[in-house]
Amino acid sequence: MPWPWPLVSWLVIKKRSRTGVFWASVFSLAYFGFYRQGCVCSIGAIQNVTLALFEQSYVIPLAVLAFFILPLVFTLFFGRTFCAGVCPFGAMQDLVAFRPQKTDPRLNAILGVIPYIYLGLAVLYAATGTDFIICRYDPFVGIFRFNATFGMFVFAGTLLISGIFIARPYCRYLCPYGVLLNWVSRVSWRHITITPTECIQCRLCEESCPYDAIDMPVTDGNPEERLVTTRKLILICLLVPFFAILGGWTGSRLHETLAGDSPKVRLAKTLADPVKSRHQPETFEITAYKSSGKPLAQVYDDARSVLRQFYFGGWILGCFIGLVFGIILAGRLLTRYRTDYTPNRGACYSCARCVDYCPVEKNGLVKMES
Amino acid sequence: MEETGKDPKLNRREFLAKGLRVSALVGIGGLAVLTVKKSLAGETVWQLDPSKCIQCGRCATNCVLAHSAVRCTHVYAMCGYCDLCGGYFKPGTKTLNTAAENQLCPTNAIKRKFVEDPFFQYSIDEPLCIGCGKCVKGCGAFGNGSLQLQVRHSICVHCNQCSIARSCPADAFSRVPAGKPYLLKQITLENPK
Ligand code: SF4
Ligand code: SF4
Ligand code: SF4
Ligand code: SF4
Repeated sequence: MPWPWPLVSWLVIKKRSRTGVFWASVFSLAYFGFYRQGCVCSIGAIQNVTLALFEQSYVIPLAVLAFFILPLVFTLFFGRTFCAGVCPFGAMQDLVAFRPQKTDPRLNAILGVIPYIYLGLAVLYAATGTDFIICRYDPFVGIFRFNATFGMFVFAGTLLISGIFIARPYCRYLCPYGVLLNWVSRVSWRHITITPTECIQCRLCEESCPYDAIDMPVTDGNPEERLVTTRKLILICLLVPFFAILGGWTGSRLHETLAGDSPKVRLAKTLADPVKSRHQPETFEITAYKSSGKPLAQVYDDARSVLRQFYFGGWILGCFIGLVFGIILAGRLLTRYRTDYTPNRGACYSCARCVDYCPVEKNGLVKMES
Repeated sequence: MEETGKDPKLNRREFLAKGLRVSALVGIGGLAVLTVKKSLAGETVWQLDPSKCIQCGRCATNCVLAHSAVRCTHVYAMCGYCDLCGGYFKPGTKTLNTAAENQLCPTNAIKRKFVEDPFFQYSIDEPLCIGCGKCVKGCGAFGNGSLQLQVRHSICVHCNQCSIARSCPADAFSRVPAGKPYLLKQITLENPK
Protein backbone atom coordinates (compact mmCIF):
# COMPACT_ATOMS: atom_id res chain seq x y z
CA MET A 1 0.00 0.00 0.00
CA PRO A 2 2.57 2.60 -0.93
CA TRP A 3 0.42 4.97 -2.92
CA PRO A 4 -1.13 7.23 -0.25
CA TRP A 5 2.27 8.82 0.44
CA PRO A 6 2.85 10.33 -3.00
CA LEU A 7 -0.79 11.32 -3.23
CA VAL A 8 -0.82 13.20 0.06
CA SER A 9 2.58 14.76 -0.62
CA TRP A 10 1.28 16.03 -3.94
CA LEU A 11 -1.88 17.40 -2.29
CA VAL A 12 0.20 19.25 0.27
CA ILE A 13 3.14 20.53 -1.72
CA LYS A 14 1.67 21.11 -5.17
CA LYS A 15 -2.06 21.53 -4.69
CA ARG A 16 -1.81 23.12 -1.23
CA SER A 17 -5.30 21.81 -0.69
CA ARG A 18 -6.71 21.45 2.80
CA THR A 19 -9.83 19.78 1.41
CA GLY A 20 -7.70 17.20 -0.37
CA VAL A 21 -5.70 16.46 2.75
CA PHE A 22 -8.91 16.23 4.74
CA TRP A 23 -10.39 13.58 2.48
CA ALA A 24 -7.11 11.70 2.38
CA SER A 25 -7.12 11.52 6.16
CA VAL A 26 -10.74 10.37 6.23
CA PHE A 27 -9.82 7.62 3.82
CA SER A 28 -6.73 6.60 5.80
CA LEU A 29 -8.71 6.46 9.00
CA ALA A 30 -11.28 4.21 7.38
CA TYR A 31 -8.78 2.01 5.55
CA PHE A 32 -5.66 1.77 7.75
CA GLY A 33 -7.64 2.26 10.92
CA PHE A 34 -10.96 0.49 10.79
CA TYR A 35 -10.45 -1.85 7.85
CA ARG A 36 -6.89 -3.03 8.49
CA GLN A 37 -7.51 -2.61 12.21
CA GLY A 38 -4.41 -0.59 12.85
CA CYS A 39 -1.84 -3.42 12.83
CA VAL A 40 0.94 -3.17 11.84
CA CYS A 41 1.59 0.57 11.90
CA SER A 42 4.64 2.72 11.31
CA ILE A 43 4.80 3.67 14.96
CA GLY A 44 4.92 0.08 16.15
CA ALA A 45 7.32 -0.87 13.36
CA ILE A 46 10.06 0.98 15.25
CA GLN A 47 10.13 -2.02 17.56
CA ASN A 48 10.24 -4.61 14.79
CA VAL A 49 13.16 -2.81 13.18
CA THR A 50 14.96 -2.58 16.51
CA LEU A 51 14.35 -6.24 17.22
CA ALA A 52 15.65 -7.13 13.76
CA LEU A 53 18.84 -5.20 14.50
CA PHE A 54 19.45 -6.76 17.89
CA GLU A 55 17.97 -10.22 17.85
CA GLN A 56 19.67 -12.77 15.63
CA SER A 57 16.71 -15.08 15.21
CA TYR A 58 14.10 -12.46 14.36
CA VAL A 59 13.27 -11.92 10.71
CA ILE A 60 11.24 -8.87 9.83
CA PRO A 61 8.51 -9.07 7.18
CA LEU A 62 9.25 -6.73 4.28
CA ALA A 63 5.86 -5.08 4.62
CA VAL A 64 6.67 -4.04 8.18
CA LEU A 65 10.03 -2.68 7.10
CA ALA A 66 8.31 -0.68 4.37
CA PHE A 67 5.88 0.76 6.91
CA PHE A 68 8.87 2.00 8.86
CA ILE A 69 11.05 3.28 6.03
CA LEU A 70 8.62 4.80 3.52
CA PRO A 71 7.18 7.57 5.70
CA LEU A 72 10.68 8.58 6.72
CA VAL A 73 11.82 8.81 3.11
CA PHE A 74 8.75 10.78 2.09
CA THR A 75 9.21 13.08 5.06
CA LEU A 76 12.79 13.66 4.00
CA PHE A 77 11.48 14.86 0.67
CA PHE A 78 8.23 16.64 1.51
CA GLY A 79 7.85 17.12 5.27
CA ARG A 80 5.47 15.24 7.54
CA THR A 81 2.77 14.67 4.95
CA PHE A 82 2.45 11.18 6.39
CA CYS A 83 1.09 12.69 9.61
CA ALA A 84 -1.30 14.90 7.66
CA GLY A 85 -3.07 12.28 5.65
CA VAL A 86 -1.78 8.73 6.02
CA CYS A 87 -1.35 7.90 9.70
CA PRO A 88 -4.77 6.77 11.00
CA PHE A 89 -3.91 7.92 14.54
CA GLY A 90 -3.12 11.38 13.28
CA ALA A 91 -6.21 11.41 11.08
CA MET A 92 -8.50 10.47 13.94
CA GLN A 93 -7.16 13.24 16.14
CA ASP A 94 -7.11 15.73 13.31
CA LEU A 95 -10.80 15.12 12.66
CA VAL A 96 -11.81 15.83 16.27
CA ALA A 97 -9.75 19.00 16.70
CA PHE A 98 -12.79 21.28 16.71
CA ARG A 99 -11.74 23.94 19.21
CA PRO A 100 -7.98 24.06 19.35
CA GLN A 101 -6.59 26.36 22.03
CA LYS A 102 -3.18 27.99 22.24
CA THR A 103 -0.86 26.07 24.53
CA ASP A 104 1.76 27.56 26.77
CA PRO A 105 5.10 27.31 24.91
CA ARG A 106 7.02 26.34 28.04
CA LEU A 107 4.59 23.59 28.96
CA ASN A 108 4.68 22.53 25.33
CA ALA A 109 8.46 22.18 25.45
CA ILE A 110 8.38 20.18 28.67
CA LEU A 111 5.62 17.80 27.54
CA GLY A 112 7.46 17.53 24.24
CA VAL A 113 10.19 15.53 25.98
CA ILE A 114 7.80 12.65 26.66
CA PRO A 115 7.92 11.25 23.10
CA TYR A 116 11.70 11.04 23.35
CA ILE A 117 11.46 9.10 26.60
CA TYR A 118 8.79 6.86 25.10
CA LEU A 119 10.93 6.24 22.02
CA GLY A 120 13.96 5.45 24.17
CA LEU A 121 12.02 3.04 26.34
CA ALA A 122 10.39 1.37 23.35
CA VAL A 123 13.78 0.81 21.73
CA LEU A 124 15.26 -0.48 25.00
CA TYR A 125 12.44 -2.97 25.55
CA ALA A 126 12.42 -4.09 21.92
CA ALA A 127 16.21 -4.41 21.74
CA THR A 128 16.25 -6.61 24.82
CA GLY A 129 13.35 -8.63 23.44
CA THR A 130 11.28 -7.90 26.54
CA ASP A 131 8.12 -6.38 25.15
CA PHE A 132 6.64 -4.11 22.51
CA ILE A 133 5.43 -1.33 24.75
CA ILE A 134 4.15 0.85 21.93
CA CYS A 135 1.71 -1.91 21.02
CA ARG A 136 0.90 -2.63 24.62
CA TYR A 137 -0.10 0.94 25.41
CA ASP A 138 -1.51 1.75 22.01
CA PRO A 139 -4.60 3.81 22.82
CA PHE A 140 -6.36 3.70 19.48
CA VAL A 141 -6.09 0.15 18.25
CA GLY A 142 -8.83 -0.88 20.70
CA ILE A 143 -11.11 1.64 19.06
CA PHE A 144 -10.29 0.44 15.55
CA ARG A 145 -11.16 -3.09 16.63
CA PHE A 146 -14.11 -2.13 18.83
CA ASN A 147 -12.68 -4.22 21.65
CA ALA A 148 -10.75 -1.87 23.96
CA THR A 149 -10.34 -2.89 27.56
CA PHE A 150 -11.83 -0.46 30.04
CA GLY A 151 -8.48 1.16 30.89
CA MET A 152 -7.53 1.62 27.26
CA PHE A 153 -10.97 2.94 26.45
CA VAL A 154 -10.64 5.59 29.14
CA PHE A 155 -7.15 6.49 27.88
CA ALA A 156 -8.31 6.78 24.27
CA GLY A 157 -11.42 8.69 25.34
CA THR A 158 -9.34 11.15 27.34
CA LEU A 159 -7.01 11.68 24.40
CA LEU A 160 -9.83 12.22 21.96
CA ILE A 161 -11.86 14.52 24.21
CA SER A 162 -8.87 16.60 25.23
CA GLY A 163 -7.97 16.51 21.54
CA ILE A 164 -10.96 18.72 20.85
CA PHE A 165 -9.13 21.52 22.65
CA ILE A 166 -5.49 20.48 22.52
CA ALA A 167 -5.17 19.32 18.94
CA ARG A 168 -3.37 16.02 18.35
CA PRO A 169 -2.34 15.31 21.94
CA TYR A 170 -0.96 11.87 21.06
CA CYS A 171 1.10 13.22 18.17
CA ARG A 172 2.51 16.08 20.14
CA TYR A 173 3.11 14.57 23.54
CA LEU A 174 3.44 10.83 23.01
CA CYS A 175 4.11 9.59 19.50
CA PRO A 176 7.60 8.05 19.39
CA TYR A 177 7.61 7.82 15.61
CA GLY A 178 6.86 11.53 15.52
CA VAL A 179 10.32 12.07 17.03
CA LEU A 180 11.98 10.48 14.02
CA LEU A 181 9.69 12.30 11.60
CA ASN A 182 10.44 15.56 13.37
CA TRP A 183 14.20 15.09 12.91
CA VAL A 184 13.91 14.11 9.29
CA SER A 185 11.41 16.83 8.45
CA ARG A 186 13.79 19.52 9.71
CA VAL A 187 16.10 18.83 6.79
CA SER A 188 13.44 17.99 4.23
CA TRP A 189 13.97 18.91 0.61
CA ARG A 190 10.56 20.58 0.16
CA HIS A 191 8.14 21.61 2.83
CA ILE A 192 4.74 23.22 2.93
CA THR A 193 4.87 27.00 3.13
CA ILE A 194 2.09 29.20 4.43
CA THR A 195 2.32 31.68 1.61
CA PRO A 196 2.57 30.62 -2.03
CA THR A 197 5.13 33.32 -2.78
CA GLU A 198 6.14 35.95 -0.28
CA CYS A 199 5.08 36.66 3.27
CA ILE A 200 3.75 40.19 3.70
CA GLN A 201 3.56 39.96 7.52
CA CYS A 202 -0.18 40.53 7.50
CA ARG A 203 -0.47 38.28 10.61
CA LEU A 204 -3.61 36.64 9.27
CA CYS A 205 -2.18 33.15 9.70
CA GLU A 206 -0.88 33.80 13.19
CA GLU A 207 -3.67 31.90 14.93
CA SER A 208 -4.43 29.47 12.17
CA CYS A 209 -2.33 26.50 13.25
CA PRO A 210 -4.13 24.24 15.71
CA TYR A 211 -0.79 22.75 16.77
CA ASP A 212 1.11 25.98 17.50
CA ALA A 213 3.56 24.94 14.81
CA ILE A 214 3.96 28.35 13.18
CA ASP A 215 7.19 30.17 13.97
CA MET A 216 6.53 33.87 14.43
CA PRO A 217 8.93 36.47 13.06
CA VAL A 218 11.72 37.38 15.46
CA THR A 219 13.50 40.56 14.49
CA ASP A 220 14.03 42.50 17.75
CA GLY A 221 17.65 42.91 18.70
CA ASN A 222 19.11 41.40 15.56
CA PRO A 223 22.02 40.80 15.62
CA GLU A 224 22.52 39.80 19.20
CA GLU A 225 25.58 41.14 21.01
CA ARG A 226 28.58 38.92 20.42
CA LEU A 227 29.39 38.61 24.09
CA VAL A 228 25.88 37.45 24.96
CA THR A 229 25.94 34.80 22.26
CA THR A 230 29.35 33.59 23.35
CA ARG A 231 28.20 33.30 26.95
CA LYS A 232 25.15 31.36 25.89
CA LEU A 233 27.25 29.02 23.78
CA ILE A 234 29.65 28.33 26.65
CA LEU A 235 26.73 27.63 28.94
CA ILE A 236 25.27 25.22 26.39
CA CYS A 237 28.59 23.44 25.93
CA LEU A 238 28.66 22.84 29.66
CA LEU A 239 25.00 22.06 30.18
CA VAL A 240 24.45 19.53 27.41
CA PRO A 241 27.20 17.06 28.43
CA PHE A 242 26.24 17.55 32.05
CA PHE A 243 22.63 16.56 31.39
CA ALA A 244 23.74 13.64 29.25
CA ILE A 245 25.99 12.21 31.95
CA LEU A 246 23.50 12.89 34.70
CA GLY A 247 20.80 11.20 32.63
CA GLY A 248 23.01 8.22 31.85
CA TRP A 249 23.94 7.76 35.49
CA THR A 250 20.31 7.96 36.56
CA GLY A 251 19.34 5.48 33.86
CA SER A 252 21.97 2.98 34.96
CA ARG A 253 20.79 3.32 38.57
CA LEU A 254 17.29 2.47 37.43
CA HIS A 255 18.26 -0.61 35.46
CA GLU A 256 16.76 -3.06 37.93
CA THR A 257 13.44 -1.26 37.92
CA LEU A 258 13.53 -1.12 34.14
CA ALA A 259 14.28 -4.83 33.92
CA GLY A 260 11.48 -5.64 36.36
CA ASP A 261 9.15 -6.37 33.49
CA SER A 262 11.36 -9.04 31.99
CA PRO A 263 9.89 -12.52 32.58
CA LYS A 264 13.38 -13.98 32.93
CA VAL A 265 14.28 -11.63 35.75
CA ARG A 266 10.94 -12.15 37.43
CA LEU A 267 11.28 -15.92 37.34
CA ALA A 268 14.78 -15.80 38.79
CA LYS A 269 13.59 -13.47 41.54
CA THR A 270 10.73 -15.75 42.56
CA LEU A 271 12.97 -18.80 42.55
CA ALA A 272 15.64 -17.03 44.57
CA ASP A 273 13.18 -15.91 47.20
CA PRO A 274 12.72 -18.90 49.53
CA VAL A 275 9.78 -17.39 51.39
CA LYS A 276 7.80 -16.75 48.27
CA SER A 277 8.49 -20.08 46.64
CA ARG A 278 7.58 -22.06 49.75
CA HIS A 279 4.59 -20.32 51.25
CA GLN A 280 2.65 -19.27 48.24
CA PRO A 281 0.78 -21.39 45.76
CA GLU A 282 2.97 -22.27 42.84
CA THR A 283 2.69 -19.76 40.02
CA PHE A 284 2.21 -20.88 36.43
CA GLU A 285 5.66 -19.52 35.70
CA ILE A 286 7.20 -21.92 38.20
CA THR A 287 5.16 -24.85 36.91
CA ALA A 288 6.34 -24.08 33.42
CA TYR A 289 9.92 -23.77 34.60
CA LYS A 290 9.72 -27.14 36.34
CA SER A 291 8.21 -28.90 33.36
CA SER A 292 10.80 -27.37 31.03
CA GLY A 293 13.61 -29.14 32.89
CA LYS A 294 15.88 -26.11 32.70
CA PRO A 295 18.70 -26.11 35.28
CA LEU A 296 18.39 -23.45 37.98
CA ALA A 297 21.84 -22.05 37.22
CA GLN A 298 20.69 -21.38 33.66
CA VAL A 299 17.72 -19.37 34.93
CA TYR A 300 20.01 -17.23 37.07
CA ASP A 301 22.46 -16.80 34.21
CA ASP A 302 19.70 -15.69 31.88
CA ALA A 303 18.45 -13.19 34.41
CA ARG A 304 21.95 -11.88 35.00
CA SER A 305 22.54 -11.32 31.31
CA VAL A 306 19.22 -9.50 30.99
CA LEU A 307 20.18 -7.29 33.91
CA ARG A 308 23.53 -6.54 32.27
CA GLN A 309 21.77 -5.57 29.05
CA PHE A 310 19.52 -3.25 31.00
CA TYR A 311 22.49 -1.72 32.78
CA PHE A 312 24.07 -0.68 29.48
CA GLY A 313 20.70 0.10 28.01
CA GLY A 314 19.95 2.29 31.02
CA TRP A 315 23.13 4.27 30.44
CA ILE A 316 22.34 4.79 26.78
CA LEU A 317 18.68 5.60 27.39
CA GLY A 318 19.56 8.05 30.15
CA CYS A 319 22.25 9.75 28.09
CA PHE A 320 19.82 10.08 25.21
CA ILE A 321 17.12 11.65 27.36
CA GLY A 322 19.65 13.98 29.00
CA LEU A 323 20.98 14.98 25.62
CA VAL A 324 17.50 15.70 24.29
CA PHE A 325 16.73 17.73 27.38
CA GLY A 326 19.93 19.72 26.98
CA ILE A 327 19.35 20.35 23.29
CA ILE A 328 15.78 21.49 23.84
CA LEU A 329 17.04 23.87 26.48
CA ALA A 330 19.75 25.09 24.14
CA GLY A 331 17.17 25.66 21.44
CA ARG A 332 15.18 27.88 23.78
CA LEU A 333 18.28 29.76 24.86
CA LEU A 334 19.48 30.66 21.40
CA THR A 335 17.49 33.13 19.35
CA ARG A 336 16.81 32.40 15.70
CA TYR A 337 15.98 35.52 13.73
CA ARG A 338 13.45 35.40 10.94
CA THR A 339 11.26 37.93 9.22
CA ASP A 340 8.45 35.71 7.93
CA TYR A 341 5.77 33.50 9.32
CA THR A 342 6.90 29.97 8.58
CA PRO A 343 5.78 26.51 9.65
CA ASN A 344 8.23 24.96 12.09
CA ARG A 345 9.60 22.15 10.01
CA GLY A 346 9.92 19.76 12.90
CA ALA A 347 6.54 20.31 14.50
CA CYS A 348 4.37 21.03 11.44
CA TYR A 349 2.13 18.13 10.40
CA SER A 350 1.60 19.55 6.92
CA CYS A 351 -2.14 19.64 7.47
CA ALA A 352 -2.40 22.66 5.12
CA ARG A 353 -4.84 24.58 7.33
CA CYS A 354 -2.73 27.73 7.47
CA VAL A 355 -2.54 27.90 3.68
CA ASP A 356 -6.12 29.11 3.38
CA TYR A 357 -5.44 32.05 5.70
CA CYS A 358 -2.77 33.59 3.56
CA PRO A 359 -4.16 36.46 1.43
CA VAL A 360 -1.28 36.32 -1.04
CA GLU A 361 -2.23 34.63 -4.31
CA LYS A 362 0.08 32.57 -6.47
CA ASN A 363 0.76 35.43 -8.85
CA GLY A 364 1.78 37.69 -6.00
CA LEU A 365 -1.52 39.56 -5.69
CA VAL A 366 -3.43 40.00 -2.47
CA LYS A 367 -6.81 38.29 -2.35
CA MET A 368 -9.82 40.53 -1.92
CA GLU A 369 -12.03 39.41 0.93
CA SER A 370 -15.61 39.26 -0.17
CA MET B 1 15.77 28.64 -2.05
CA GLU B 2 15.84 31.28 -4.75
CA GLU B 3 17.95 33.43 -2.44
CA THR B 4 20.98 31.16 -2.57
CA GLY B 5 24.08 32.81 -3.88
CA LYS B 6 23.17 36.29 -2.61
CA ASP B 7 23.37 36.08 1.16
CA PRO B 8 26.44 34.21 2.44
CA LYS B 9 24.62 33.31 5.64
CA LEU B 10 21.72 31.75 3.76
CA ASN B 11 24.19 30.02 1.53
CA ARG B 12 25.87 28.43 4.47
CA ARG B 13 22.56 27.34 5.95
CA GLU B 14 21.45 25.83 2.66
CA PHE B 15 24.72 23.94 2.45
CA LEU B 16 24.35 22.64 5.97
CA ALA B 17 20.76 21.57 5.33
CA LYS B 18 21.83 19.76 2.21
CA GLY B 19 24.58 17.95 4.07
CA LEU B 20 22.19 16.92 6.80
CA ARG B 21 19.62 15.83 4.25
CA VAL B 22 22.12 13.62 2.50
CA SER B 23 23.29 12.13 5.80
CA ALA B 24 19.69 11.46 6.81
CA LEU B 25 19.12 9.70 3.52
CA VAL B 26 22.29 7.66 3.98
CA GLY B 27 21.22 6.85 7.54
CA ILE B 28 17.76 5.66 6.53
CA GLY B 29 19.25 3.76 3.60
CA GLY B 30 21.84 2.14 5.84
CA LEU B 31 19.19 1.07 8.31
CA ALA B 32 17.16 -0.38 5.45
CA VAL B 33 20.14 -2.33 4.10
CA LEU B 34 21.00 -3.69 7.54
CA THR B 35 17.46 -4.90 8.13
CA VAL B 36 16.58 -5.96 4.60
CA LYS B 37 19.21 -8.67 4.88
CA LYS B 38 17.21 -10.07 7.74
CA SER B 39 13.79 -9.71 6.21
CA LEU B 40 11.50 -12.10 4.46
CA ALA B 41 9.05 -11.49 1.69
CA GLY B 42 6.06 -13.08 3.40
CA GLU B 43 4.29 -12.27 6.62
CA THR B 44 4.71 -13.95 9.97
CA VAL B 45 1.91 -14.99 12.30
CA TRP B 46 1.79 -15.89 15.98
CA GLN B 47 1.60 -19.50 17.00
CA LEU B 48 2.02 -21.42 20.23
CA ASP B 49 4.08 -24.54 20.62
CA PRO B 50 1.87 -27.20 22.23
CA SER B 51 4.90 -29.06 23.54
CA LYS B 52 5.78 -26.08 25.73
CA CYS B 53 2.24 -25.17 26.76
CA ILE B 54 1.26 -25.96 30.35
CA GLN B 55 -2.45 -25.10 29.89
CA CYS B 56 -2.44 -22.21 32.31
CA GLY B 57 -5.72 -20.84 30.95
CA ARG B 58 -4.36 -17.44 29.94
CA CYS B 59 -4.94 -18.21 26.28
CA ALA B 60 -8.65 -17.93 26.99
CA THR B 61 -8.41 -14.66 28.88
CA ASN B 62 -5.47 -12.67 27.50
CA CYS B 63 -6.25 -12.42 23.81
CA VAL B 64 -7.24 -8.95 22.64
CA LEU B 65 -10.38 -10.55 21.26
CA ALA B 66 -13.15 -11.13 23.77
CA HIS B 67 -13.56 -14.63 22.37
CA SER B 68 -9.96 -15.73 22.11
CA ALA B 69 -8.41 -16.64 18.77
CA VAL B 70 -6.84 -19.68 20.43
CA ARG B 71 -8.92 -22.82 20.03
CA CYS B 72 -8.47 -26.48 20.68
CA THR B 73 -7.45 -28.68 17.77
CA HIS B 74 -7.88 -32.42 17.69
CA VAL B 75 -5.04 -34.34 16.08
CA TYR B 76 -6.98 -37.50 15.26
CA ALA B 77 -3.87 -39.46 14.31
CA MET B 78 -2.72 -39.33 17.90
CA CYS B 79 -6.07 -40.07 19.54
CA GLY B 80 -6.73 -43.40 21.26
CA TYR B 81 -10.50 -43.08 20.75
CA CYS B 82 -10.85 -44.00 24.44
CA ASP B 83 -14.20 -44.57 26.06
CA LEU B 84 -12.92 -42.89 29.23
CA CYS B 85 -11.51 -39.76 27.62
CA GLY B 86 -9.43 -37.63 29.98
CA GLY B 87 -10.18 -34.60 27.89
CA TYR B 88 -13.92 -35.14 27.78
CA PHE B 89 -14.90 -36.29 31.27
CA LYS B 90 -14.37 -34.59 34.56
CA PRO B 91 -12.05 -36.66 36.76
CA GLY B 92 -14.05 -39.20 38.77
CA THR B 93 -17.03 -39.36 36.45
CA LYS B 94 -18.87 -42.64 37.06
CA THR B 95 -21.29 -43.05 34.22
CA LEU B 96 -19.64 -42.33 30.92
CA ASN B 97 -22.40 -40.53 29.09
CA THR B 98 -22.78 -37.15 27.43
CA ALA B 99 -24.58 -35.50 30.36
CA ALA B 100 -23.47 -31.89 30.64
CA GLU B 101 -22.38 -32.22 34.27
CA ASN B 102 -19.88 -34.92 33.32
CA GLN B 103 -18.08 -32.81 30.78
CA LEU B 104 -14.80 -31.06 31.48
CA CYS B 105 -15.31 -28.47 28.79
CA PRO B 106 -17.06 -25.42 30.27
CA THR B 107 -18.90 -24.74 27.02
CA ASN B 108 -19.57 -28.37 26.04
CA ALA B 109 -17.62 -27.79 22.86
CA ILE B 110 -16.44 -31.40 22.55
CA LYS B 111 -18.75 -33.79 20.76
CA ARG B 112 -18.55 -37.51 21.57
CA LYS B 113 -19.68 -40.03 19.00
CA PHE B 114 -19.79 -43.81 19.26
CA VAL B 115 -17.73 -45.53 16.56
CA GLU B 116 -17.56 -49.23 17.49
CA ASP B 117 -17.08 -50.98 20.77
CA PRO B 118 -15.11 -49.68 22.71
CA PHE B 119 -14.12 -46.68 20.59
CA PHE B 120 -15.48 -43.20 20.62
CA GLN B 121 -14.65 -40.30 18.39
CA TYR B 122 -14.25 -36.80 19.83
CA SER B 123 -14.50 -33.67 17.76
CA ILE B 124 -14.26 -30.00 18.67
CA ASP B 125 -17.08 -27.63 17.89
CA GLU B 126 -14.65 -24.81 17.28
CA PRO B 127 -17.03 -21.84 17.46
CA LEU B 128 -17.89 -22.94 21.00
CA CYS B 129 -14.30 -23.50 22.16
CA ILE B 130 -12.87 -20.67 24.26
CA GLY B 131 -9.30 -21.97 24.30
CA CYS B 132 -9.19 -22.56 28.04
CA GLY B 133 -7.08 -25.69 27.64
CA LYS B 134 -8.92 -27.76 30.30
CA CYS B 135 -9.42 -30.63 27.89
CA VAL B 136 -5.86 -30.34 26.68
CA LYS B 137 -4.66 -30.76 30.22
CA GLY B 138 -6.92 -33.74 30.80
CA CYS B 139 -5.90 -35.45 27.60
CA GLY B 140 -2.22 -34.80 28.28
CA ALA B 141 -2.46 -36.21 31.80
CA PHE B 142 -4.42 -39.40 31.06
CA GLY B 143 -4.30 -39.83 27.31
CA ASN B 144 -2.07 -39.36 24.30
CA GLY B 145 -2.04 -35.58 24.12
CA SER B 146 -4.03 -35.44 20.92
CA LEU B 147 -5.93 -32.33 22.00
CA GLN B 148 -3.79 -29.26 21.48
CA LEU B 149 -4.24 -25.51 21.57
CA GLN B 150 -3.50 -23.48 18.46
CA VAL B 151 -4.00 -19.90 17.35
CA ARG B 152 -6.69 -19.98 14.67
CA HIS B 153 -5.50 -17.68 11.93
CA SER B 154 -8.93 -17.17 10.48
CA ILE B 155 -9.92 -15.55 13.78
CA CYS B 156 -6.65 -13.96 14.95
CA VAL B 157 -6.29 -10.28 14.08
CA HIS B 158 -2.49 -10.63 13.94
CA CYS B 159 -1.35 -8.16 16.53
CA ASN B 160 2.18 -6.90 16.07
CA GLN B 161 2.84 -8.12 19.60
CA CYS B 162 0.46 -10.91 20.60
CA SER B 163 -1.02 -10.08 23.94
CA ILE B 164 -1.10 -13.72 25.04
CA ALA B 165 2.56 -14.20 24.10
CA ARG B 166 3.42 -11.43 26.50
CA SER B 167 1.87 -13.27 29.42
CA CYS B 168 2.41 -16.91 28.50
CA PRO B 169 4.32 -18.41 31.43
CA ALA B 170 5.84 -21.15 29.29
CA ASP B 171 7.19 -18.87 26.57
CA ALA B 172 5.29 -21.03 24.11
CA PHE B 173 4.47 -18.30 21.57
CA SER B 174 6.64 -17.34 18.64
CA ARG B 175 6.32 -15.75 15.22
CA VAL B 176 6.16 -18.36 12.51
CA PRO B 177 6.10 -17.95 8.71
CA ALA B 178 2.53 -17.44 7.47
CA GLY B 179 3.07 -20.25 4.99
CA LYS B 180 3.49 -22.76 7.81
CA PRO B 181 1.20 -21.33 10.43
CA TYR B 182 0.47 -24.32 12.69
CA LEU B 183 2.75 -26.08 15.14
CA LEU B 184 0.86 -29.24 16.02
CA LYS B 185 2.60 -32.12 17.73
CA GLN B 186 2.12 -35.05 15.41
CA ILE B 187 3.57 -38.08 17.15
CA THR B 188 5.04 -38.54 20.59
CA LEU B 189 7.53 -41.07 21.90
CA GLU B 190 4.84 -42.96 23.78
CA ASN B 191 2.70 -43.18 20.71
CA PRO B 192 4.82 -43.75 17.62
CA LYS B 193 2.61 -43.89 14.61
S1 SF4 C 1 2.88 12.24 15.05
FE1 SF4 C 1 2.71 10.05 15.16
S2 SF4 C 1 0.56 9.60 15.57
FE2 SF4 C 1 0.72 11.71 14.86
S3 SF4 C 1 0.33 11.59 12.72
FE3 SF4 C 1 2.54 11.53 12.99
S4 SF4 C 1 3.05 9.38 13.12
FE4 SF4 C 1 0.85 9.53 13.39
S1 SF4 D 1 0.42 23.05 7.75
FE1 SF4 D 1 0.20 25.00 8.81
S2 SF4 D 1 -1.59 24.73 10.13
FE2 SF4 D 1 -0.91 22.67 9.51
S3 SF4 D 1 0.48 22.00 11.10
FE3 SF4 D 1 1.75 22.99 9.54
S4 SF4 D 1 1.93 25.11 10.23
FE4 SF4 D 1 0.22 24.21 11.35
S1 SF4 E 1 -0.71 -18.93 27.77
FE1 SF4 E 1 0.93 -20.36 27.19
S2 SF4 E 1 0.92 -21.94 28.77
FE2 SF4 E 1 -1.00 -20.79 28.99
S3 SF4 E 1 -2.50 -21.99 27.81
FE3 SF4 E 1 -1.67 -20.45 26.41
S4 SF4 E 1 0.10 -21.42 25.40
FE4 SF4 E 1 -0.46 -22.68 27.15
S1 SF4 F 1 -2.14 -12.11 17.91
FE1 SF4 F 1 -3.76 -10.91 18.91
S2 SF4 F 1 -5.66 -11.84 18.17
FE2 SF4 F 1 -4.04 -13.29 17.70
S3 SF4 F 1 -4.01 -14.69 19.43
FE3 SF4 F 1 -2.54 -13.07 19.90
S4 SF4 F 1 -3.70 -11.54 21.05
FE4 SF4 F 1 -5.18 -12.91 20.07
